[in-house]
Amino acid sequence: MCNVVNMEGVYYKLKDHYILENVNLTIKKNDFMALIGPNGGGKTTLLKLILGLLNPDKGNIEVLGMPPGKSKNIGYLPQKSTYQSNFPISVLEVVLMGRYKQLLKGYNKDDMKSALDSLKKVEMLHLKNQQIEKLSGGQLQRVFIARALSRNPELLLLDEPTASIDPHFQGKFYEILSKLRKKMAVVMVSHDIGVVSSYVDSIACLNQKIYCHGPVEESVEGLEKAYKCPIDLIAHGFPHRVLREHE
Amino acid sequence: MLEFLQYQFMQNAFIAAILVSIACGVVGTYVVIKKIVFISGGISHAAFGGIGLGYLLGINPVLSAIPFSVVSAVLMGSLGKKVELSEDAAIGILWSVGMALGIIFINLSPGYAPDLFSYLFGSILTVPYQDLLIMLVLDLIILGTVGLFHREFTAISFDEEFAEVMGVPSQLIYIILLALVALSVVVLIKAVGIILIIALLTIPAAISRQFTHHIPRLMMTSVILGVILTSMGLWLSYLFNLASGATIVLVLGAAFFISAILKKIWYN
Repeated sequence: MCNVVNMEGVYYKLKDHYILENVNLTIKKNDFMALIGPNGGGKTTLLKLILGLLNPDKGNIEVLGMPPGKSKNIGYLPQKSTYQSNFPISVLEVVLMGRYKQLLKGYNKDDMKSALDSLKKVEMLHLKNQQIEKLSGGQLQRVFIARALSRNPELLLLDEPTASIDPHFQGKFYEILSKLRKKMAVVMVSHDIGVVSSYVDSIACLNQKIYCHGPVEESVEGLEKAYKCPIDLIAHGFPHRVLREHE
Repeated sequence: MLEFLQYQFMQNAFIAAILVSIACGVVGTYVVIKKIVFISGGISHAAFGGIGLGYLLGINPVLSAIPFSVVSAVLMGSLGKKVELSEDAAIGILWSVGMALGIIFINLSPGYAPDLFSYLFGSILTVPYQDLLIMLVLDLIILGTVGLFHREFTAISFDEEFAEVMGVPSQLIYIILLALVALSVVVLIKAVGIILIIALLTIPAAISRQFTHHIPRLMMTSVILGVILTSMGLWLSYLFNLASGATIVLVLGAAFFISAILKKIWYN
């Protein structure tokens, strides 16, 4: 019960093609996990199953002790948002959507405070009244990160969060995450295997099946199986440095 | 210039223009920002089935159009997801089936349908008092519903998937929004007619959209623009003895082009 996410024998298929096969995965409180794997390996599908946006064909999923979709205490950063980029809405209003509670309930002072705090964290507070259509792709991504954080969730799901944000903010972003992880479980889909491996404490490699699931150092072999090619793990700086030589 | 307002039918037409503008300003804002123009066109044409049903049953066609267009809106919103069918195909089917039903219903009704044209092309100059009351009630329902669900409408218009994750029942909210489109279609039928409704649902909001980025302000400007432009169309149609619905739509279209040019000049 104390697991944040429990997946047992999960299958998901699209038409006749299995996207996910027999996936078993547990995410515990305060886990900081990177979900990596090749394109089309099912990473986004896995997140959507956890969110209840998709239903598994077989298997069991439990999120925060409830069926997926029932628990709303989840922060989510979509990979490719279906949002409309020229929508008439301000930065602050977008972030406030992350505080949505239920029908007929407006946003209160706490929601406002949390939204402003999240904007401050991603260094976007000065643009809070800006229309989103005037933002760059990277700034928008930071707004969406703030939207996910504003909920103060127990589980934070990030689908390629560092895509399109500049290196300065990337460093800052990982710093934010390492503070947050004391309060919540974080799952991050990423292609930046090198960078990610120096921050997260576990890796799950996914390519239809889960190839490995565990601490970073033990995952290299599984990574190669998932990607079907040799992988170099090159991380810069503290705390982990995993280097493998070319054979 | 204002002497034409002395006539009772002109006063009624002016009240109709205001009631119409409220519906098309508020709902039209969502039609434009959620990009559901085509589905709204489908709902308005399908409403013709309801008009025909009114003739067949011998009741006020505006009343029978209410349930008919709401049901077709709900079908269009849900059919695409239930059956393996793209939404625009579902719209195309219901659009034409609704109109065909209307024609058959009118065929089956005894006698001749004298004011059929007023439902197709509008006749804002002959809106009866009872229809004004129906329009007022529908406007109040629309305003009340938007007041209650504006957060959800905005959320699903901006990003439906994220809204769903946050706990917005997006499918239900979408269908409620389409039902509001259906109600505003009914409000608009008498003014511009089924065939031209989509102009009122899109043009005022599309003009305002160029100059404001704030949804409540967008609605306000669309309503005010609607009142000004429909009254202008009404006045011109009176002056030149032209069909009122078509004149209103042409005034709206001209206003849109002028606004687009003005925007280019101001912002460049």
